[in-house]
Amino acid sequence: MAVTAKALPHAHAQEEHEDPREHLMLDPRPRGEMNAMAMEAMLSTNWKFWLVIVILAATVAYCLFYEWGVLIFEGQGVAGVTRPDYWGVFLVDVVFWIGISHAGTFISALLRVLKVEARRPFTRAAELMTTFGLVQAGISVFLHLGRVWLTYWMIPLPNQRGLWPDFHSPLMWDFMAITTYLLCSTMYLYMPLIPDLAMARDRSTGWRKLLYRVMALGFRGNEFQWKHLTTAMNIFAFAIIPVMFSVHTIVSWDFAMASRPGWSSTVFGPYFVIGALHSGIAAVLLVLFLIRSTMKHMDYFLRLEHFDFLGKLSLVISMIWAYFYFNDYIVPWYGGGTIEKTLLDFLARGPASPLWYAMLFCNIVVPWAILWNKNWRRKPWLLALVGIAVNIGMYLERYIIIPVTVTITRDPFTWRLYHPAIEIPITIGMFALFLLLYMLASRIIPLIPVWEVEEGQAAHSLRKLGKTEVVSLSELE
Amino acid sequence: MSHAHEHAHEHQDATPKALSATGKWGMVIDQDLCTGCQACVAACAMENNLSFIGEDDVAYGRSMQWIRIERYWQGEYPKVSMTDYQPMMCQQCGNAPCEPVCPVYASVHSASEDLNVQVYNRCIGTRYCANNCPYQVREFNWRDWPLPEPMSNRLNPDVTVRQRGVMEKCTFCIQRIHTGENTAAAANRDVLDGEVVPACAQACPANAITFGRIDDPTTQVAQLAQDSRGYHQLEEMNTLPRVTYLKGGSKHGSNG
Repeated sequence: MAVTAKALPHAHAQEEHEDPREHLMLDPRPRGEMNAMAMEAMLSTNWKFWLVIVILAATVAYCLFYEWGVLIFEGQGVAGVTRPDYWGVFLVDVVFWIGISHAGTFISALLRVLKVEARRPFTRAAELMTTFGLVQAGISVFLHLGRVWLTYWMIPLPNQRGLWPDFHSPLMWDFMAITTYLLCSTMYLYMPLIPDLAMARDRSTGWRKLLYRVMALGFRGNEFQWKHLTTAMNIFAFAIIPVMFSVHTIVSWDFAMASRPGWSSTVFGPYFVIGALHSGIAAVLLVLFLIRSTMKHMDYFLRLEHFDFLGKLSLVISMIWAYFYFNDYIVPWYGGGTIEKTLLDFLARGPASPLWYAMLFCNIVVPWAILWNKNWRRKPWLLALVGIAVNIGMYLERYIIIPVTVTITRDPFTWRLYHPAIEIPITIGMFALFLLLYMLASRIIPLIPVWEVEEGQAAHSLRKLGKTEVVSLSELE
Repeated sequence: MSHAHEHAHEHQDATPKALSATGKWGMVIDQDLCTGCQACVAACAMENNLSFIGEDDVAYGRSMQWIRIERYWQGEYPKVSMTDYQPMMCQQCGNAPCEPVCPVYASVHSASEDLNVQVYNRCIGTRYCANNCPYQVREFNWRDWPLPEPMSNRLNPDVTVRQRGVMEKCTFCIQRIHTGENTAAAANRDVLDGEVVPACAQACPANAITFGRIDDPTTQVAQLAQDSRGYHQLEEMNTLPRVTYLKGGSKHGSNG
């Protein structure tokens, strides 16, 4: 594996006062010790952990599943949707969670392909967010449907009546894209997990031993297996990147292909992808902060340099997002169509304008004001706050795009503000479900890809060669 | 196949049905004649088994109306005046925005009648069609609204009763169209002008609504549609609506 080691000696020369051991890659520990640390982080729980689990499980049971039952048996009338806001918070949730899910692929696949070293300790934390985020998005689609028990009619199942889904519909593209992405990202989560599962198998007993033995697929770490695994991961890393870009583009087409003012915009595809990365990376910042402050040994694996790196990434993405939003706003304004101008006025001065200003504040002002400063970027709690702000901002952005924008229709007689009803507890329940799944998963699979960290450290370690020490870079281009 | 059907096929073979500019069945609404009395709304609800929504949901904007009377005001306060009443129902677009967005073919174009029809049984409630309708005339069954005795006795046996989670909309009273066509076919003749009357047109005391074969230039509806006051709603959307509105104006003396 090749390594971009160039940055590290360079950073050295520039800042003499900095201890090279601040960098995870230059602070190696023996493999056995690191494995033991990952195992301990996974196995240790305390009463606080279980208390949170119980609270989350209760929230999920009531707010998500009970209320969902009410929604199914009463009909969508218990939600706030009405004409013209046929699409409400549930579709906001779909877009939001798919956005969250983009962080995992971006960080894991794109940064892996680009050989960015800083990704190593947190690829899995991000990939888990992808998979669980997509689970949430799928649930949100089901929540939205009027007759959810007939969802399978969207699957192209051969049947005697010759009924077939309509592939003209952007919803079908969306359905196919999300399904593809869920399958790919689950496999992509699983493949780098195999060596760590094998590691856990060799260090556990009881039901865990059985579980890991099955899941590790007989991985023993010999040359043959590594060769095939790295080949497969390489193929997947390259293949999943276009899938990632296409998924959110297709989600944006649900709106861009419709003939509604404020939606039929050609910039929506790239704009949605950047928005997804914006919220996704912010969510990774938040999750890394939570992992680091609650799990054992995580301050060894997750360092300030990683927060620093993600902070820079977040700042750049925030700038790109602002650029796209500017385009999305200014072009219809310049075009000067009556209905578009009405809509833009409604966003900036209407009853929902506080949301619009809050969105701009959270998505642009907060990251730009904080993330430019290196010292501030190295404060995890501050980055966690930025993460929360950006996620609030991006949620508001989707809220403005869907139920606020559709308030302005071409038939002014139908204009009506949307007020979420049962959507609020259900959305709370979905956030609880995400946290619950994530917390449980953090105790079942090693959250740190130990083998990737070991690989990076080996590539950066110094070796004695005669009288000098050289960096042992195995496969640098 | 009846003579009427063959006629329709000959007439429309040249262009794809969904894009024929005029369509087969058409409606003309004279806004000068409309008094806003809402008799059409009530008649439509009775004919087509619309649910009784109840105060709470109606107050939230969930009134179930396949046809509604829209009222607008013009001018700046205090010099405001009402514009003409604007009855609004499904325009039965030839190029309907609701059709291609349905993932399960629940919103489809009828080849024989050149109408936009909704297959209730097939609908899964994505509400994409309603979202994409520029006229916002599609109605969703937000709940199963109660239908206690004796109200259940008023249901029209020719029209399906819809379940919660299903989209519905004006059909141009397609059950009456079929009755008219069957009667004509049994007598081995074409449907006569004025033989098929939808509930709204039948109930209108001012005769503001005219209905018939728009593709036959001899009918009353086809001739009214040529009136110089005629216009289509949101014509710039290129939806090819089958409903022609005759602009009002004589009432207010502003423009004719």
